[in-house]
Amino acid sequence: MKIMVAVKRVLDYNVKARVNAEGTGIDLANVKMSMNPFDEIAVEEALRIKEAGKADEVIAVSIGVSQSQETIRTALAMGADRGVLVETDEEVQPLAVAKILAAVAAREQPGLIIVGKQAIDDDSNQTGQMLAGLMDWTQGTFASEIDIDGDSMKVTREVDGGLESIQMQLPSVITTDLRLNEPRYAKLPNIMKAKKKPLDVLTPAELEVDIKPRLVTVKVEEPPQRKAGEIVGSVAELVEKLKNEAKVI
Amino acid sequence: MTTLVIADHDNNELKPATLSVIAAANAVSGDNVVLVAGEGCAAVGEQAAKVAGVNKVLVCDDAAYANQLAENMTPLIAGLAADYTHVMFANTASGKNIMPRVAAKLDMAGVSDITEVVSDDTFVRPIYAGNAMMTVQSTDSCKMVSVRTTAFEAVAAEGGSAAVESVAAAGASDKVKWIGQELTKSDRPELTSASIVVSGGRGMQNGENFAMLESVAEKLNAAVGASRAAVDAGFVPNDYQVGQTGKVVAPDLYIAVGISGAIQHLAGMKDSKIIVAINKDEEAPIFQVADYGLVADLFDAVPELDAALSEG
Repeated sequence: MKIMVAVKRVLDYNVKARVNAEGTGIDLANVKMSMNPFDEIAVEEALRIKEAGKADEVIAVSIGVSQSQETIRTALAMGADRGVLVETDEEVQPLAVAKILAAVAAREQPGLIIVGKQAIDDDSNQTGQMLAGLMDWTQGTFASEIDIDGDSMKVTREVDGGLESIQMQLPSVITTDLRLNEPRYAKLPNIMKAKKKPLDVLTPAELEVDIKPRLVTVKVEEPPQRKAGEIVGSVAELVEKLKNEAKVI
Repeated sequence: MTTLVIADHDNNELKPATLSVIAAANAVSGDNVVLVAGEGCAAVGEQAAKVAGVNKVLVCDDAAYANQLAENMTPLIAGLAADYTHVMFANTASGKNIMPRVAAKLDMAGVSDITEVVSDDTFVRPIYAGNAMMTVQSTDSCKMVSVRTTAFEAVAAEGGSAAVESVAAAGASDKVKWIGQELTKSDRPELTSASIVVSGGRGMQNGENFAMLESVAEKLNAAVGASRAAVDAGFVPNDYQVGQTGKVVAPDLYIAVGISGAIQHLAGMKDSKIIVAINKDEEAPIFQVADYGLVADLFDAVPELDAALSEG
């Protein structure tokens, strides 16, 4: 079985996002970019399934500008076998991402696709579910544990009240939650080796996918800032303020 | 114009989240129709019919919807959607799971986690962990939206008298089976709807120490939450997590104990009315958003707070 993982190049999670001067988006000039943390978990899970002898190839797919090759190389350095970049300078929204991934999957015929549950830039939490819908595959979203047995898989999902388990037939789309695994760091020799692994570059047009955005960005603004509060000297003062000033207890 | 609201429920009770989705639906033109899909969910249909601002309730009572699997919910909702200009879900685990699959089936974009309705086709949603607010206009004929429930004040659960109709089921997938669930049991309010939340972070040091927060929460009728660090460390279960990738809360009072205040955590609680931070590190970023900060060792301050609350 082949496993396909999707990896997105995003603003590093430690960098504070700042709205650009035009109010049209986030300033991404000269800031550190990294692989979306949930996608690192996706890569790690695919590698563990392969290491357990349940898959024979892991393909890392990214969509975006040419620098997304670096993100794919990170996945290759972790241990993925080869990469596919679908290169475009245009904005690609979740529905278009799902269509592109479905088109790549039609070529690659994976038995399982693992994606992060959300990207930490647009926080949409849509791509995996859309991809499963487009392909009529089963979906195991917000997964904290997966156990593959032949062509069937048990998925433990993080839901609002706790955990839920479902059994599903492959092929499936998994979206990763935080507790699925702890991703490995790429070791230096593997980073060197990753440079020699195959990386194909395609375009949305070659895949015959229309990526025209359906959502028009009207504007992007800073959120309202909270006013600075006060430091209280004691628990007694805190309780007094909560009772008589804020009137919340 | 009519909005189809997908009810969040457990076959017995309509979840409060749905009341906030109806509030968002009220902000767009036209009538509101609520779909209750479940098994043995007639009581939920009756509750939905009583909600203020609901014009009609559709009930689809079938074993296929017992656990609201996305594979089964999708054909049902996609089949109904042609009659509606908007389909709105709560941005809960269930709504997040189903909405995008339905949207893709209909070749529509999804608009996740909206915090404001600007007009019938324009919505505001947070991006980058709430560090920016994006206003988007949908060009699709049916707007598929999930609603951040804390951003919309719930409509009244009583006062309406909508007609209830049943709708036919749309089949069940044989490729997926629900096995079971392990839900965290608590007698106190649910985290996302509690008016007071007491949360602990890495500073709590272990799961046993959360008993101190449980005791304070007991006295305040509060829910207990946690930062990602505390959940990752195994102190408390995943459903306690407040933040960008966990739950978003906006209670009247949020007490952050031993939480440093990473942007990912702030994303989940910075819309709380009053924020209290208790942390021994006076440089902790949590103090920058706190209305009241107490620089103290939580192992002294929390028992003292507990005692002060006992005195009334």
